[in-house]
Amino acid sequence: MKRTRVVFSGSGGQGVITAAIILAEAAVIHEGMNATQSQSYGAAARGGATRSDVILSHDEIDFPGVTQPNILVCLTQAAYTSFAPIIRPGGILLTDSRFVEQATKVDAKQLELPMYEQVMEQIGKPIVFNICVLGALVGLTEMIKPDSLIAAVKARVPRDFLEMNIKACELGIDMGADFSMR
Amino acid sequence: MKNNIRFVQGNEACVEGALYAGLNFYAGYPITPSTEIAESLSGRLPRAGGKFIQMEDEIASMCAIIGASLTGKKVMTATSGPGFSLKQEAIGYACMAEIPCVIANVQRGGPSTGNPTHVSQGDVNQARWGTHGDHGIIALTASNHQDVFAITVDAFNLAETYRTPVILLLDEAIGHMREKLVIPEEGALPIVDRLRTSVGKGVDYHPYLPREDGRLPMSDFGDVHRYNVTGLFHDMWGFPSNNPRVVNELLHHIVDKIENNVHSITRHKEHFLEDADYVMVSYGSSARSAIHLAKNRRKRGEKIGVLELQSIWPFPTAMIREKCSGAKAVIVVEMNMGQVLAQVKSAVDHPENVFLANRIDGELITPTDIKQLLRVIQGRGV
Repeated sequence: MKRTRVVFSGSGGQGVITAAIILAEAAVIHEGMNATQSQSYGAAARGGATRSDVILSHDEIDFPGVTQPNILVCLTQAAYTSFAPIIRPGGILLTDSRFVEQATKVDAKQLELPMYEQVMEQIGKPIVFNICVLGALVGLTEMIKPDSLIAAVKARVPRDFLEMNIKACELGIDMGADFSMR
Repeated sequence: MKNNIRFVQGNEACVEGALYAGLNFYAGYPITPSTEIAESLSGRLPRAGGKFIQMEDEIASMCAIIGASLTGKKVMTATSGPGFSLKQEAIGYACMAEIPCVIANVQRGGPSTGNPTHVSQGDVNQARWGTHGDHGIIALTASNHQDVFAITVDAFNLAETYRTPVILLLDEAIGHMREKLVIPEEGALPIVDRLRTSVGKGVDYHPYLPREDGRLPMSDFGDVHRYNVTGLFHDMWGFPSNNPRVVNELLHHIVDKIENNVHSITRHKEHFLEDADYVMVSYGSSARSAIHLAKNRRKRGEKIGVLELQSIWPFPTAMIREKCSGAKAVIVVEMNMGQVLAQVKSAVDHPENVFLANRIDGELITPTDIKQLLRVIQGRGV
């Protein structure tokens, strides 16, 4: 059975780890899959480099680390520089056009979307950027159903912030789906 | 049942197991990577009618759970290496006074404050001999969240059955990783409750007079019986004694109650072991890498399997000897300098065929790390 190995990377405070948890939780709770989510803990507070590994599978997952992701998300230039070399050849690499300038030599399907720009334009709150990225990833890859993702976001986000998060999620899903159909 | 499914950290799986087992008193002092256990229980336990206390340090936490256990509570504390060191004196007291309690040690790199946010399995021997003097001890471990839950329930059951401290040897990788946990229905797992004395009020109660089956019924401290509890060698009333016969019998009792019941206390799992030429012995998060490797090599027709320990102390010597007897080589996979390795070597008939695949740099050992050693053992180079 297919095994999806995802690495989320970026800078502390961007919500990279929250996005990873929501994705894995959606797969487990709403799609009956197995998933693991792990992260490197360090002195990576706001501003530091962070990384979180997610594996999704219908089979059991033993070793929880990802050495060669087939899906990689980089939300800062530093994360891109560090992690682009580990992507599995032919894998999907998603970046945001505001934060990352992609290099041409990376052997992957490199996609850049103006997610931050769209979030600021349509919602105006940078705090939901991570949820938009997550939506785009799901719209793009269909690794889980968009409805499962939205249900997981609803379960985790405080009520007062729900509306803007759902909006960001749907915005991302549409952006990703548009891109995948091109 | 969908609402029984959780996506949680290993530390939270431990909390769910503890509550399922009937935990109703927790005292602790937070320390990475065990903090989520305290954090989660600080909310859950009071709502479930129990008591949560953050104490001034790890020593006080250990002493608090001992006192609470004597009054009839099911108790637990959680810590990591430095805190586990501090608790050792009181753990010895609990061994001597025969007080049921559970101590979770979510291992991080040591010695000293070491590597707080990174994984290690360096406290295996400390769990056995961290406190001074001869004593029996039980230490359990698990490699996935479903097993963390089950083994936590077991820890409480064994603590009650044998009136002893039980160490839950978890590790940072398991504690912090998130994965699926299905909470069993109520009644699906057996729960051992406190064995209380049938001796009534106004009748002499002998707190340390074993029944015929060796068990010691307890009386909730502060309830109807007055009795003494001490870390000194003591007679059946609990009063200090240096009578050589009393000392000899008590020391035998606290060692033998564990060592004579190795078969009912120890737990293990077998993965692809039936015809294995190469046996990996592992536990905790290391076992996940060993199992991962075994699955991959089996696809290529290699006869390799994993003997996963879910209890380390008392050490299952006879079981290890039996399971490893047909192996060309035994590879102990652990994240320390060979603490279980030494036990395995002394258990098997051919210690020269036992090898250590380890990693001590704070990173989780990978299947590739083990594979490289395996190739050398097989004479195939790296």
